Amino acid sequence: MLIPLSIQSRQALDKLVLPLLIVAALGIMLLGQADRRLTERVRMGVADMLAPAYGLIVWPQERLHGLYQRMRDMTRIEAENERLRTENANLRHWYDVAAALADENAALKGHLHWMPDPAPSYVTGRVVRDTSGLYARSVLLAANVDAGIHKDEIVLDASGLVGRVTEVGGRSVRVLLVTDVSSRIPVTLEVSHGAAIMAGDNSATPRLMYYPQDNGPIEGERVVTNGEIDSLPAGLPVGRVHYVRPGQPVVIPAASLDHLDIVRVFDYGRASVVAPDAPGRIPLPRPGNSLVPSFQSKVGRG
Amino acid sequence: MTPDQSPVLQSGIQPRASVWRRLDAMSRRGLPAVFTALSILLLSAPFDLPGQAELLPGVVLSSVFFWSVFRPASMSSPVVFLLGLLVDLLGFGPPGVMLLILLIVHGVGLSGRYGFARMHILLLWAVFGAVALAATVLQWGLVSALALRAMPGVPFVFQWTLALGVFPMLCALFTVMARTMANPDRA
Repeated sequence: MLIPLSIQSRQALDKLVLPLLIVAALGIMLLGQADRRLTERVRMGVADMLAPAYGLIVWPQERLHGLYQRMRDMTRIEAENERLRTENANLRHWYDVAAALADENAALKGHLHWMPDPAPSYVTGRVVRDTSGLYARSVLLAANVDAGIHKDEIVLDASGLVGRVTEVGGRSVRVLLVTDVSSRIPVTLEVSHGAAIMAGDNSATPRLMYYPQDNGPIEGERVVTNGEIDSLPAGLPVGRVHYVRPGQPVVIPAASLDHLDIVRVFDYGRASVVAPDAPGRIPLPRPGNSLVPSFQSKVGRG
Repeated sequence: MTPDQSPVLQSGIQPRASVWRRLDAMSRRGLPAVFTALSILLLSAPFDLPGQAELLPGVVLSSVFFWSVFRPASMSSPVVFLLGLLVDLLGFGPPGVMLLILLIVHGVGLSGRYGFARMHILLLWAVFGAVALAATVLQWGLVSALALRAMPGVPFVFQWTLALGVFPMLCALFTVMARTMANPDRA
């Protein structure tokens, strides 16, 4: 000890250490309860430091597991071969069917002088933060905004529709998920061919609204977008119908909305799609120019 | 001066306290804490052993209790505090709970050490069982209170059983260690 102390005072100090540490432990407990983000940050820091060591531990385990798997595969190689041969025959049949259908499709498109749709351009981004709260469902995306991300563009992950861009920042983009309470997406039901509106309600499964009453959604059928609004093309996979209880269909989204990782922001360029003027029909008023029926001028001249 | 250290009677014929000898004595004195810290690190590593997460509190409680009773110089309160902090940093429970429990167990072992150290090993085992039970019940209560709902009790019973089972084995290991590797007198 650096400071010379009498034996009595040193003993008294020794007795004080444990109660002080217990008080510190209680303080840490309260602090961890009050500021969870601090706890998470400290723990993630420790985990980052230990990650290489843990990687060294995991590596031989994975190798051993792989070795064990290979040895187990070797013991049942015959059954596996038999299964693969059957599956191969089956797939060969489907390959012939697919080739025939592709030929037929190409011939039909040739007859129709089919012009393919322009391939949509997209920008890839990584979901960096879930900004969902009690009242909203949205995520923050780190993406190269300069590559052409605009408001109202469509966001898809590997398996389905995620949402739409609502705010565009300098390097990040906020995406409103289809499960948000303010999200309304027009959809088509693939089997029953009904149209409906998919309305988010902040739960994991958006509700279906305004579907035809005589031709209700069928449990398990695919739901795709319907393309009746600008910026949203038809046929994008959305999810599957599920009945929570009779008369209450919901959509289980195809996209894994609770753990999004890398998503794509598509620019379908649909805002430039303008309906052509139809002869013989009264043109609809557009905002900005007043309704001037074309036949009125003829009457005036004549 | 702890009971298993011999008093300095013949200071004249002891080897000189060179730097190496002092380092050796220090590492022997610190071995229990290092051993506990290493077992915490290993039991938090991704080995995917069944019951690995439940074994950790048992090992740490046994180690802290044993060394607090038999050689508090090697398991002082600040060391227990650091070990508890390590457990809480590597785990994902509410922070501070294991820390508090380890300090309380350390305090119990420290205050009763003159009685505990003379006990038969089986009796000491029973005492440790009671202490570990109290610690586990306290842990369950604190975790439930901090999560604002009653946690299922079965994992805690499992954890207590593992602690009870691992104590005699660690006792044997620590006794050997206290006589050989971790004995500062042998430096």
